[in-house]
Amino acid sequence: MFSLVLIGTYLGVGALAHDYGFSLWWALLSTLLVWAAPAQVILLSALGAGATPLEAALAVALSGVRLLPMVVSLLALIKRPGTRARDLVLPAHLTAVSMWVESLRLLPTVPRPQRIAFSNGLGTGFIVAAHGGTLIGFYLAASLPALLTAGLLFLTPMSFLVSTARNSKLPVDRLALGLGLVVGPLLAYRGVGLDLMWTGIIGGSGAYGVHRLRAALR
Amino acid sequence: MNSLAGLAPYLVLIAAGFLPNEVWRMLGILVAHGLDESSELVVWVRAVATALLAGVVAKIILFPPGGLADVHLALRLLAIAVGFAAFLLMRRSVLAGVLAGEAVLILGAWLAG
Repeated sequence: MFSLVLIGTYLGVGALAHDYGFSLWWALLSTLLVWAAPAQVILLSALGAGATPLEAALAVALSGVRLLPMVVSLLALIKRPGTRARDLVLPAHLTAVSMWVESLRLLPTVPRPQRIAFSNGLGTGFIVAAHGGTLIGFYLAASLPALLTAGLLFLTPMSFLVSTARNSKLPVDRLALGLGLVVGPLLAYRGVGLDLMWTGIIGGSGAYGVHRLRAALR
Repeated sequence: MNSLAGLAPYLVLIAAGFLPNEVWRMLGILVAHGLDESSELVVWVRAVATALLAGVVAKIILFPPGGLADVHLALRLLAIAVGFAAFLLMRRSVLAGVLAGEAVLILGAWLAG
């Protein structure tokens, strides 16, 4: 079920890479190295729309911050007192929304000494499936009739919107989602530079401000 | 020279995609204790990342790449709205939302010829 949405998302990434004019190897390598569909789509759409690498890097860095608390909470579940940091590099790299959600659901039933291996296995399974999705999406975008290519490219915004909404459990997250949908187009239509970065900072800080205000009024 | 030019997109991938993203994972190893899901910093970080993702969604719908640009703006907006409504109605099912949105987009584009 989760891998279905994952493969669908990466079909979209592969199709986007194709339509923005990137090579297949570039697309596959981005899945391997970046391994975060939101960051990959930001990178593709920013570079594809002619942004400088610096602008793209800033937007990617901003989207990547959310990986930090995910890695921290995952490592807390798999670490043991004697675990070496280098054994945590692979599970940290494999941490992405799909792997994180499933790890947190399944790990409590796994004995602690086996949890690092379990996470690595789960993450590897997901990342391999994602490469399959990227590959197939890339070739489908090259060969499908225009109508279905449009549908393939539409997978990305549609699945991002609903999966982000699903992960937004607190009012502050839902407000941030709504503000981002409003602020993003406003900045983009006005031709503001670094519009994605500012959308995140303005929308997110605005939502956070409301969250603090409500806490203070309570 | 040609091989250097061929490498350029990969260098950009590493500098603008891999490094700015991976740094947070490695920092996660460093601060593996001390931060919890409900700390104020994490709440703000999550809000910023959520708003940024929403911005990406809006941008792809309003300024779509390649083949999606052939679909009329009104239909793109309708499809994403119907997909989101289906997600909410079907007990927050991601799959239901994606399928409904796709169905509207593809059927609509087909009917529009």
